[in-house]
Amino acid sequence: MLKELFTFPSGREGFFGPFGGAFIPEILHETLAELRSAFESAHRDPAFWDDYVRLMSTYSCRPTPITFCENLTRLQGGARIYIKREDLNHTGAHKANNVMGQGLLVKRMGKRRVIAETGAGQHGVATATMAAKLGLQCTIYMGAEDVERQRPNVFWMEQLGATVVAVEDGTRTLKDAINAALRDWADSMADTHYVLGTVCGPHPFPLMVTWFQSIIGTEARAQMLEMTGALPKRVYACVGGGSNASGIFAGFLDDAGVELVGVEAGGYGLDSGRHAARIAGGQGSVGVAQGYKTYFMQDAEGQMRDTHSISAGLDYIGIGPILAWLHEQKRVRFESATDAEIIAAFRTTVRNEGLIPALESAHAISCALHEAPQLPAQDAILINLSGRGDKDIFTIAAALGDERWYDFLRAKVEEHDKKNVSRETYLVKVAGGWSIE
Amino acid sequence: MSLETYIRKRLATRPLLLMTHTVVGYPSPEDNRRMLECMQAAGVDLVELQMPFSEPIADGPAFSRANQAALARGTHWDDYFALMSSASKACSFRLLFMGYYNTVFRLGAETFCRRLAEAGGHGFIIADLPPDQFGDLDRWGREFDLDPIHMMTPMNSSERLKDIGRDASGFIYCVARKGVTGRATTLDAGVREYIGRCRAATTLPLGMGFGIRSREDVQQLKGLVDMAIVGSAGLEVWEREGHDGYLNFLQSLVRACR
Repeated sequence: MLKELFTFPSGREGFFGPFGGAFIPEILHETLAELRSAFESAHRDPAFWDDYVRLMSTYSCRPTPITFCENLTRLQGGARIYIKREDLNHTGAHKANNVMGQGLLVKRMGKRRVIAETGAGQHGVATATMAAKLGLQCTIYMGAEDVERQRPNVFWMEQLGATVVAVEDGTRTLKDAINAALRDWADSMADTHYVLGTVCGPHPFPLMVTWFQSIIGTEARAQMLEMTGALPKRVYACVGGGSNASGIFAGFLDDAGVELVGVEAGGYGLDSGRHAARIAGGQGSVGVAQGYKTYFMQDAEGQMRDTHSISAGLDYIGIGPILAWLHEQKRVRFESATDAEIIAAFRTTVRNEGLIPALESAHAISCALHEAPQLPAQDAILINLSGRGDKDIFTIAAALGDERWYDFLRAKVEEHDKKNVSRETYLVKVAGGWSIE
Repeated sequence: MSLETYIRKRLATRPLLLMTHTVVGYPSPEDNRRMLECMQAAGVDLVELQMPFSEPIADGPAFSRANQAALARGTHWDDYFALMSSASKACSFRLLFMGYYNTVFRLGAETFCRRLAEAGGHGFIIADLPPDQFGDLDRWGREFDLDPIHMMTPMNSSERLKDIGRDASGFIYCVARKGVTGRATTLDAGVREYIGRCRAATTLPLGMGFGIRSREDVQQLKGLVDMAIVGSAGLEVWEREGHDGYLNFLQSLVRACR
């Protein structure tokens, strides 16, 4: 089934069943053709994959381990719970796999600039990191609302040398950042590569990003066999665009006995209308936008709707076309978890295992914890912990109502304001040749 | 009369035609109506009515904002067809729909083409639909005597231009440069070479758009292509100078076509 993804009948290049394709302005036709051919040649070249694996083993802690969660297993009763530790990647999430892979491809194509969209900022930080490491210029498009909400990530992108552009169009969030990046690319394609952050967009992005992320599933399959002597009964992953899910599922696609479970953002609940559960919620419908055909959260006339999730990384209108197809093939089962459920799953995981999951990943954990008691103890289940939760400190502190966190923030601001008053005196001292304490 | 025949007949009287643009529902239906009246008074040859979409990836800032505002004020499918219908009755120029594929896909190719033909439109431009993906839309378009307008770009290889030319009818929309709508274009030697490649790939009339913003730009297109396409610049004049300024602007463009 995995191999099947890489071959297309004539005239259906880039399609997975009815989904995918490349619905793009003609101006980008030759650029995508160039990218397709670079990707296909890299895919055929075993040396490319070896370089990629080597780079990830020295730059990003690969292979990431699998942790047996003894305490969660005891707490829930039922299947043994294992967690694949993508949170241990450099920059704290599976995003590193995709950007480093595309970075190597950029070098191969001889381009000198990269652009990317980012929602919460994780993919932006990962791309800026790759650009710094590989010596590329970097511009990151980010919805203006996200720029306001995610200052720490903007700070790091700028420190890494990237230019961050706040996008004021539309809903001022991730989807608008993607549109802005596509517009930049329509102008700059001669020397610029668009590092799309997930398994969405026009062909070859869904397939190419799945390929780079399949390193997760390939490792995980071998690790589970080695640790437990058998394959897991079920594999859980959260699904926004779907890159971490596609990556871990890729390793088990051909194992019919392994059930694959994608967990979407249930937001305030499926009845609230404020969520991003395109498939599990049954409220997504097939459409074409941002270069590809898939299930979108859209109204009856095909205008995209606002989505909501407490986790910025899952707050997106569309789902990867390969996942949409695997849903129709009944190879992947889709569920959802609400904001409230994932905060509970987050607390349980932190307290019992000492793991700090990203709020995105907590969706997969929530669903797995809920279902573990349905299975006998001889079965194992595997959860993809796609990223670490440090980045979510502001959101989690707010969700938990931690007043001491706000006291700390207030104190920091006061300290800063005081410093600004004394800054002039300080600069005079420095200019006068005084030594700094 | 087919769109191509209509264009050729008009070209017999002057060297360059003019196509203009308005976004349905922006700034308001009343503004749409008054803009169309100006187009009629000025003697524009062809008009694109843009069906607003929430993710207009081929449009620059001015049209993106217009799409968004039109949707925010509640512009719907029925409004697109209603404007097409009233414009085609009141005006002597030919009309096309311009937009993004999701609108067509959600309506269904047959319904879209039938309603467009019933409303008196003559064709459509779908900014994010490559010619090889037209499928049903091509068939239904021809069934209802509508021309699917394809785009050629300076980035296209000559081989690709040939493929596009083979599928096209009506006329070809030649994108003047890289990038999105709404920014100036320099018409240099590169453009002449590119138009030469387009001519080699098709016998259809050629229109040129993207960055054609002034009377001077239009004048320079004479002898190069068959039709000037002016989009964002017109909207900016309407917003800045209102009815009279807009009418003056269109009249100056039409004069530049003679």
